[in-house]
Amino acid sequence: MIYLDYNATTPVDERVISRILPFFSVDFGNAASAHPYGRKAHEAVEAARGSIARHIGADSSEIIFTSGATESCNLALKGCFESYAGKGRHIITVATEHAAVLDSCRYLKTRGAEITYLPVQSSGLIDLEALGQAIRSDTIMVAVMTANNESGVIQPIRAIGQLCHQRDVIFFTDATQALGKLPIDVQKDQIDLMAFSGHKIYAPKGVGGLYVRRKAPRVRLAEQMQGGGHEKGMRSGTLNVPGIVGMAEALRLFSLPEQRQVEAGIQALRDQLEAELLRLPGVFSNIPGHTKRMSHVANLRFEQITGKQLLGRLNEQLAVSSGSACSTESKEPSHVLLAMGLTEAQAQSSIRFSLGRFTTAQQIRQAISIITSAAEDLRRTS
Amino acid sequence: MTRRIYFDNAATTALDKEVLDAMLPYLTTHFGNPSSIYSYGRETRLAVENARKSVAKTLGVHPAEIFFTSGGTESTNTAINAAVRDLGCTRIITSPLEHHATMHCTEALSKRGEVRLEKVAILENGHVDLEDLKNKLSGSAEKTLITLMHANNEIGNMLDVEAVGTLAEQYGAIFHCDTVQTVGHYPLDLKKLKVHFTSAAGHKFHGPKGIGVLYVNENIKIHPFIEGGAQERNMRAGTENIYGIVGFAKALELAMAHYEQERSHIQAIKDHMIKRLESEFEQVRFNGDTRGESLYSVLSVSFPETEKTEMLLFNLDIHNICVSGGSACSSGASVGSHVMQALYPTEHLVPVRFSFSKYNTLEEADLVIDQLKKLL
Repeated sequence: MIYLDYNATTPVDERVISRILPFFSVDFGNAASAHPYGRKAHEAVEAARGSIARHIGADSSEIIFTSGATESCNLALKGCFESYAGKGRHIITVATEHAAVLDSCRYLKTRGAEITYLPVQSSGLIDLEALGQAIRSDTIMVAVMTANNESGVIQPIRAIGQLCHQRDVIFFTDATQALGKLPIDVQKDQIDLMAFSGHKIYAPKGVGGLYVRRKAPRVRLAEQMQGGGHEKGMRSGTLNVPGIVGMAEALRLFSLPEQRQVEAGIQALRDQLEAELLRLPGVFSNIPGHTKRMSHVANLRFEQITGKQLLGRLNEQLAVSSGSACSTESKEPSHVLLAMGLTEAQAQSSIRFSLGRFTTAQQIRQAISIITSAAEDLRRTS
Repeated sequence: MTRRIYFDNAATTALDKEVLDAMLPYLTTHFGNPSSIYSYGRETRLAVENARKSVAKTLGVHPAEIFFTSGGTESTNTAINAAVRDLGCTRIITSPLEHHATMHCTEALSKRGEVRLEKVAILENGHVDLEDLKNKLSGSAEKTLITLMHANNEIGNMLDVEAVGTLAEQYGAIFHCDTVQTVGHYPLDLKKLKVHFTSAAGHKFHGPKGIGVLYVNENIKIHPFIEGGAQERNMRAGTENIYGIVGFAKALELAMAHYEQERSHIQAIKDHMIKRLESEFEQVRFNGDTRGESLYSVLSVSFPETEKTEMLLFNLDIHNICVSGGSACSSGASVGSHVMQALYPTEHLVPVRFSFSKYNTLEEADLVIDQLKKLL
């Protein structure tokens, strides 16, 4: 089985495993305890916080740990909505966001929020002018993800951040797919809130984080999970020490020179996969050629073949998906591709390939041959 | 350096090596997203569902009633918020001795005007006054949530869950029981207990941190607390923490398989501590119902406030003895324990909580007592 679904989840890097192992059985303390076991856990958590903060140009006091990006997105949206009710109830987001953002917005609507869903162009990008026009005096937040999980398209984060700050609106970005892989600097990019996750960057599942700006402007966030007052009163619950240590280590690995080389090599493999498959009849890329996008993602459509048929064939040998893993059970066509202007049939005949650091040239060669013969067979029989 | 003694197992426990062995493959080779339809996803989906079945069986409930969360705090927040928002509870009856998760969650709802908050009276021995609970329930026809913990994390007192469940049923109330200190430490048959919700956390019984369980009775329909995906049958969004889920189930399985043996081992340590504390320290006082309905793994004592006792926790720490003044969640804060404050409001006492696990020994208990003698 060849794994080409790194956007769904990643295996934990062995280097991360060896870093976190002591925190399970030996240094197992509760980071809130005052004795040596607790202090050791606390120190490890704070070192992790500092390391993650440095990676994104933040202060360590601005990093909150959560159970994952979904919780982070929920906290950012619900926490802000609650805190800024005095200013307004209007939130702007994008039609192509992850369900964690869209479903939180849908919930907030039942609590009195007004949500504007910005459309995207065929490139998957939002129109900055449209964003500017959508901002009102009662707008409290703009939520735009950094890089899309399905298309890999990268939004103009810095321009959005600038616009938001000019208009005195909080800018929240879900950077789950981008962290580690793209340079992010919360100061230069003018990000106020940023969600991220461990399991998309070769760290364990069950851990994530939220960057919360403390200065210029100081973002106020109402706690959603009450309890012991952990994480500066923004997120209670005993800290998942191994998970936190693992997430920081995983992020650190991305900055190692040898790792940078590996990551750069992924693009060549993606380009090869894409170029070979685009030669097949009826195969098109869903992303216009010049669009700025993640270097490890390809989103292709196989016209005249339904994705379901193709996936059924491919999934015996290839781990790929038709879109977000979170919605595979729903069988609905991808909301991201529909928003980019594809028809339902086109969306349903599309497949996302996402490569990762353990993808090999041989796997890509095999994948090309598997896909080629499957597509030919299916075209012949349809 | 003297050897370190860990008597703070109510705060968190060491992960069992067997649990770690069960978890590790799910970090590396079996890493698929359970929502994915290919084999990587199918094998982790299977692991999650097997874990759910195992947990359900141990707790005497149906697998569809078990939901995995990020921990006890999330489970409790989910249950309490759902009782108010989805089940229409306008009154919450709780106690002044609850964990901060319950306390702060209920207070926030009350502050926002969504519920009326009532605190049930506490008897001298630290138990919930069931008569008072009954009076409160019969005194109003409002839809009510009762949220009370099974074993108190600071003093170990155990609630008569069956009696509370029966009262809840009689008055049509919703009953959430915070079982964070008892799941994995005590045989629970939730179907018999007439509870609607219970909370559990893996790291309290030698499982991993970052994973918890919420039991929701099948007759209750609630909305998710964390939104954004179809996981946990649309009840809890977010990619499943597979290694955590596998670890939780394994830890619970081990805990219950060796329950009798471990319980008597730990009970012996507690009994020995009690006996020696009584004979060596005239002024020691046992908090709560230590010799009665009390969890075998928790022992809370107090010493009168003196120059020496004020430095007790600090000095125990210096001598590598890990205990706590209250719950871990508040140990960093300078505010005293709300449990002690509620139980003994007028007394100047220094509380010390000893909490034991299967890894502790009688010898360690003696070492701790010997050290206490030197310090006091």
